[in-house]
Amino acid sequence: MGTPTLHFSPKDRYNAFLTTVEDAPYCEGPLSGRGVAVKDNISTAGIETTCGSLILKGYTPPYDAHVVDLLIRAGAAIVGKTNMDEFGMGSTTEQSAFGPTLNPRDPKRVPGGSSGGSAAAVAAGMVDFALGSDTGGSIRCPASYCGIVGLKPTYGRVSRYGLVAYSNSLEQIGPMARTVTDLSNLMVVISGYDPRDSTTCERPYRHKPHPSVKGSKVGIPEEFFGEGVDPRVASVVWDAISVLEEEGAEVITCSMPSMTYALAAYYVICTSEASSNLARFDGVRYGPPVETHLPWHEAYSERRRIGFGPEVRRRVMLGTFALSSGYYGKYYAKAQVARQMVSADFSRIFNEVDLIAGPTMPSTAFPLGEKTDPLAMYLTDILTVPANLAGVPAISVPCGEVEGMPVGLQIMGRPFEDEYVIDAAFTYEQGVAT
Amino acid sequence: MSGDSVEPLVTAVQPLGTGTIIGLEIHCQLNTRSKLFCGCSTDYRDDPPNTHVCPICLGLPGALPRVNRAVIEYALRVAKALHCEVPLESEFARKNYFYPDLNKAFQITQYDRPLAVRGTLLIEGDNGEKEVGITRVHVEEDPGRLVHKGGTDRPKYSLVDYNRAGIPLIEIVTDPDLRSPKEARRFLHKIRATLEYLGVFDSEKEGSLRVDANVSIQGGERVEVKNITSYKGVEKALTFEVTRQRGVIRRGQRVTRETRHFVEARGVTTSSRSKEEEQDYRYFPEPDLRPMRVRDWSDAIVLPELPDARRTRFITQYGCSPEHARTLTGELRIAEFFEQVADPGAPATATWVADTLIGELNYREMSVSSVPSSYFRELMQALSKGEVTDHCAVEVLRSLLDQLHAKGTCESPLACVARLGLGKAGEEIAATVAAEVICENERAVADYHSGKNEAFNFLIGQVMRKTKGRADPAALNRALKEALDMRGE
Repeated sequence: MGTPTLHFSPKDRYNAFLTTVEDAPYCEGPLSGRGVAVKDNISTAGIETTCGSLILKGYTPPYDAHVVDLLIRAGAAIVGKTNMDEFGMGSTTEQSAFGPTLNPRDPKRVPGGSSGGSAAAVAAGMVDFALGSDTGGSIRCPASYCGIVGLKPTYGRVSRYGLVAYSNSLEQIGPMARTVTDLSNLMVVISGYDPRDSTTCERPYRHKPHPSVKGSKVGIPEEFFGEGVDPRVASVVWDAISVLEEEGAEVITCSMPSMTYALAAYYVICTSEASSNLARFDGVRYGPPVETHLPWHEAYSERRRIGFGPEVRRRVMLGTFALSSGYYGKYYAKAQVARQMVSADFSRIFNEVDLIAGPTMPSTAFPLGEKTDPLAMYLTDILTVPANLAGVPAISVPCGEVEGMPVGLQIMGRPFEDEYVIDAAFTYEQGVAT
Repeated sequence: MSGDSVEPLVTAVQPLGTGTIIGLEIHCQLNTRSKLFCGCSTDYRDDPPNTHVCPICLGLPGALPRVNRAVIEYALRVAKALHCEVPLESEFARKNYFYPDLNKAFQITQYDRPLAVRGTLLIEGDNGEKEVGITRVHVEEDPGRLVHKGGTDRPKYSLVDYNRAGIPLIEIVTDPDLRSPKEARRFLHKIRATLEYLGVFDSEKEGSLRVDANVSIQGGERVEVKNITSYKGVEKALTFEVTRQRGVIRRGQRVTRETRHFVEARGVTTSSRSKEEEQDYRYFPEPDLRPMRVRDWSDAIVLPELPDARRTRFITQYGCSPEHARTLTGELRIAEFFEQVADPGAPATATWVADTLIGELNYREMSVSSVPSSYFRELMQALSKGEVTDHCAVEVLRSLLDQLHAKGTCESPLACVARLGLGKAGEEIAATVAAEVICENERAVADYHSGKNEAFNFLIGQVMRKTKGRADPAALNRALKEALDMRGE
């Protein structure tokens, strides 16, 4: 009798997967025999891990990420690696070197990103749950666009060991599922201290969702309903907030003035860290071998020009610039100050409220190929990046539709109160169901 | 001031070394069992390439560093021994640059928040003891190593060995307090001894020390000399560089600010392309590691006896001369060896180790660690019991060292004495030989009796010749005198 395997060969009509494992082995455990899709920037021993980039084509990690190790030990079957914007740099999954993922709710539209493959796989019912990673909204954005639940845990709650770094100080691996209960079950498995990740904390998540927001104070920052937010989306989200109110929450409006700087700070920090993280991809150790007779530094440039897509090149150049001597104080150091201001805003608001709620994205999923201006694309992250800058937990839960496309309700909580955030999302989910 | 007024310029030619300003950056491998950020063994020197590696020290995508506490502990010992301040918080930073031996394309090091700052080290300066300021002490990872294949000048291709990647390094930066290449060498010796006494460094491991030096002549630009990899190299490189800069000034030119490389084989420094020195390393705090708060650890460290304290003890405990004490404590292995072989109140042993043994070892390029201390002790005992003469003991020592050098083992000193017939001739032999010499040199004997003292020296020389130096000179002296006086009566 060999190891049991899960047969998995889906019709991947949305291009959700980059790699699939036809017969995925699994063992006994709480997730025994359940298929999990893993974003392609999370290392899987023996399974190609490309981060949606040509420069990592053919790279097979010799080790499992900590979360993958935990999933396997919990009995899950790793059924495949999901498509993503190259190295996580994008909000639509159109930046993948291997073609865009389509939104299962409307294949003419983007699924969001960068964890678009994971969201699509879950939304299309190919798997019950998936792992994504969230640097500035990369779990919540596709969760919102595809109509599923996605959590960016508190920074330090889930080990990043094995997550191919894009922006170390901002990103977290997180669960994605169709229901809050499934999401919570996955969170139980992947959370906890990992000695290999010095930024994790001894704060495991051992929670069962509980439908209760009675007596909770929910803050609604006015900036989350400001200019640029589709009024139809705003209206759907307000309706969702009133459901929480009906369940006994007290809703209070508040203000987060640091939102003015949040997006700029976010892009300086993530591009700076990325420029350093991605420097190792020089074509020598990873990617298809190429015969060259250029001096080594010119060969590096050539390989990086060919191996990286335009968005990655843009961000590497931005980050290199921001860290340069003479500009460091103007950009990187200043971004850190702005980041502190965002954290301070959260602390201040959380002195008065228990949760913060608003839309996840300013709009619903837009048609593929519609947004080509990078700046317009960056602006769609405005509502998700504050949680990454402050390291607080944030969930997106489906809360209705605009013209048939899903809308996400975003709920944020105090650091290490992921349980509370999940309970609120669960309350909403149950409140709508009854 | 009018343009034509001629101000007398001080242009007196100064001797080499005057007005010289030197600061050092010293990198030493710390001899912890595992690497700085992973569990791989640091004992890689005799092993095939890329066998002491893991996802972390290979810099594989997704792997994260994790600080080895032992490294911080070792570095704090050094900081404490150098009387440094340990800031409440320090942190690691990334130094970004591309090079094929640098697996992540950044080195994890420390930048504006180092582990320790503002220390001192006492050295024997050109004008007596002096305190050299320590600017900072920090920890960083060693990169991998390139192995060039197919000719050294224009290698066909290069291979990368990551066994060395992630080996912990300590960097010690001095203030510009050194005034001559000799002082720089002495400083380096003192640092080496201190690190060895602390048990954090093994100077005998190949490539365990690398030095960069900043050199300027008063009023001139600073030149950085890189790639000094040996103790002897430091003085050589600096002497060359100081002479070069003086030559530039003598020719009325200006010393330009640049980075130069020391070419050990030729004993010269050569200019490196300016491109390299203009590198912008884009330092920023390492986001994968938390800032460190280790002042408490530092406070809890109890330092072992350091070279200066041991030197004082050697003088009082063993009656060593100050010079011998300095030599004997200048290297941990020598000091430990000496303590194994010396008996208090036998100052001769100090001379034997500090002068004879070290000289013979240096001649053979051997380390004291290859000499069994029990054998050396046996030899010293034979000497003090009068079983061998000084002269014979040196011969025995040479023979034993030659054996050790050739095959790593040797016979016992007493076996060697017996084999070479170097045992001290007794009083009887002395008497017999004296009688023989007296018979053979009637004239000299007569001269002696007529009061010519030189004749005695001649006769004693003849006796020594016959005994081939194996006899105790005092015994021979006594025997000859007795025999002569008997005949004179």
